[in-house]
Amino acid sequence: MVLKAFFPTCCASADSGLLVGRWVPEQNSAVVLAVVHFPFIPIQVKELLAQVQKVSQVHVAVLGTWCHRQQEPKESLGHFLEGLGAIFSHDPWLQLCRERGTRFWSCKAYHQVSTTPDKSIEDQVMLIFYDQRKVLLSWLHPPTVLPDCQAGDTTASAGGLADIFDTVARSEVLFQNNQFDEGPVRLSHWQSEGVEASILVELTKQASGPVCLLLASLLSLLSAVSACRLWKLWPLSFIRRKLSTCEQLQHRLKHLSLIFSTQKAQSPTQLMKKANMLVSVLIDVALGLLLLSWLHNNNRIGQLANALVPVADVSGFGLCHISASTCQVCLSPGAGVGSFQLPELWEYGERVAEELQHLLQWLMGAPAGLKMNRALDQVLGRFFLYHIHLWISYIHLMSPFIEHILWHVGLSACLGMTVALSILSDIIALLTFHIYCFYVYGARLYCLKIYGLSSLWRLFRGKKWNVLRQRVDSCSYDLDQLFIGTLLFTILVFLLPTTALYYLVFTLLRLLVVTVQGMIHLLVDLINSLPLYSLGLRLCRPYRLAAGVKFRVLEQEAGRPLRLLMQINPLPYNRVVHTYRLPSCGCHPKHSWGSLCRKLFFGELIYPWRQREDKQD
Amino acid sequence: MEDERSFLDICGGPLTLRRRYYSSYCREFGLSSARLSLRSVTAVTCTVWLVAYGLFTLFENSMILSSAIFITILGLLGYLHFVKIDQETLLIIDSLGIQMTSSYASGKESTTFIEMDKVKDVIVNEAIYMKVIYYLCILLKDPVKPHEISQVVPVFQSTKPRLDCLIEVYRSCQEILARQKATSASP
Repeated sequence: MVLKAFFPTCCASADSGLLVGRWVPEQNSAVVLAVVHFPFIPIQVKELLAQVQKVSQVHVAVLGTWCHRQQEPKESLGHFLEGLGAIFSHDPWLQLCRERGTRFWSCKAYHQVSTTPDKSIEDQVMLIFYDQRKVLLSWLHPPTVLPDCQAGDTTASAGGLADIFDTVARSEVLFQNNQFDEGPVRLSHWQSEGVEASILVELTKQASGPVCLLLASLLSLLSAVSACRLWKLWPLSFIRRKLSTCEQLQHRLKHLSLIFSTQKAQSPTQLMKKANMLVSVLIDVALGLLLLSWLHNNNRIGQLANALVPVADVSGFGLCHISASTCQVCLSPGAGVGSFQLPELWEYGERVAEELQHLLQWLMGAPAGLKMNRALDQVLGRFFLYHIHLWISYIHLMSPFIEHILWHVGLSACLGMTVALSILSDIIALLTFHIYCFYVYGARLYCLKIYGLSSLWRLFRGKKWNVLRQRVDSCSYDLDQLFIGTLLFTILVFLLPTTALYYLVFTLLRLLVVTVQGMIHLLVDLINSLPLYSLGLRLCRPYRLAAGVKFRVLEQEAGRPLRLLMQINPLPYNRVVHTYRLPSCGCHPKHSWGSLCRKLFFGELIYPWRQREDKQD
Repeated sequence: MEDERSFLDICGGPLTLRRRYYSSYCREFGLSSARLSLRSVTAVTCTVWLVAYGLFTLFENSMILSSAIFITILGLLGYLHFVKIDQETLLIIDSLGIQMTSSYASGKESTTFIEMDKVKDVIVNEAIYMKVIYYLCILLKDPVKPHEISQVVPVFQSTKPRLDCLIEVYRSCQEILARQKATSASP
């Protein structure tokens, strides 16, 4: 195998000296970590290496000599360097040399097979330059994780390059010596100009300890309050389960407690997770504050309030409206003061109710030219209209109080955009509650009808459903049973179109509302789970997230060793998102399309966006 | 040592194979296909703008024209950056690995490097796609079961050279792999 010498680019212009690094026999490669300059005392060099070896668990040794002929005019240095091979014995012994006058390097490797050193051909050594700082800071992401491979195997089977990265990363203690230290040994590596640090980072590190402690205690208090048994009582637990805002708040609380926990991150993955959560929370709050300022700045609430027109008078309900408006006038004298009047959302609620009334009037006539059963039509239509009338009265009764509630709720946007979106979704659910009720009524009626029809159809054929055996069995009926069965069947069949039409209309409306809510939840999910810190890191510091390496062949002369430049191949964006996605309460649709259609046909109630369960990624 | 030869691709378009022998254990093969022709760009742009102008006379909305301009520019940029591959390179280095680079017309380069430990062999495989075509591919070892093949990585997927070009590349790769197997067999 060709001998590979990994040489850091920062040492290419260093003075002559000894090469210090690690020899990897399995890949026949030598990883040079630093250059020790003259003058040095061999004992001290060996002591330093032993120290580094103890701390970093990396087998660091003297690998050979480095000669920079352009800076050393004396030719006798060559012989001196060869003599050093006797003091620091290492097999193979490398001699790297940067010639004067040419840009090319020469590299010899000596194997001590016998008493006389056996010269190997220069051609068989390959020089690979690498950027030490980038290799130190980058995290290698293996291409595929095999399912039957344990965690311990990956480092062994990941191959030579992971070894190289690992060696450089673990030898960080070697890079702590710099030229300003008064140590006995003078080293040259990427940090020899001085350890890199920034004042802000150091200050944040110092301040983060007590701040984390304080916030962690506050958050644990909040978590304890939210977990207390008071919330398990029936009305509160029911409300808590139904409102998506509570769930979003809990999710955020969990994130925050993870961010401010006093435990240090054990691995780079955990560190990235924490950083992603922090950036996600910050962006969320920033977006929420933007939304808040937008709502309040242009007097939007006032404008929306001005759009409120007194409820259009629907004939037949005028009395109720007059009484409701007098209530409004009595109860809220200060309603006209200030810009916090009835928001448009409330007005939407009334408009929705009016549209529904028009729809029901249309259904009660001859919708789309279909002829309905007049009696059933009138009954159902009147029933639903009365329901809407109750709803409108309820809206009117609540209107004086609701403005303050909504204003305070609008303030919750400063907790984050996701919370504001969840509240919007909940408000939509509340405002379209009557649509949900209508859907349930229509679905139940239709479902009953379908089951009755199927059971009576079986009766026609002389069969019966056996509940015990869960199958259809034959059965002999009496004459009067058959007679009544036939009558009922006929009635149900002829009433089917009317019920089916009402069911269809309300199901479509319900699906529309569900789709809108689903979109909002998808958006919330996106904000929750997108790893913005990782994406930013990939954009600004692509060498930190490495998918692999790439090589470039540098200018080469025949007879000289081959020189390659090793660069970091950054991770593609889709893999970054896939690897560092935050777990979210994902609202995945529970049903496939087939089962959804089946449920719709049979009139069973559907809840497509079931997000209460803990679906962790 | 460098030399260039012309070949044809599967569809009959011209290709240029550039071989570089850096040393006895390092070789590079670059396949360049024909560049984007001005004629096709002009034809597509004219078609899109004529259609947009037709819609504009129908609807009298100037947004159609500006959106047509946007679509043309963005489409061209997207095509150059994500679709049109100008050159594909295969660099094989004994005892290090095999590297495949695709350079797009906008200058973007996407590189994949496979370590030599994972490479089992380089072969020319045939496929049936309206006629019989040949492609060069790298077989990867399964780390758990070393005698089995876990993945097949095709090379030169967008330039698609014909068999004569593939044979040249295949022979050179086999020389290096044979060398590598010989040196790895003897410790």
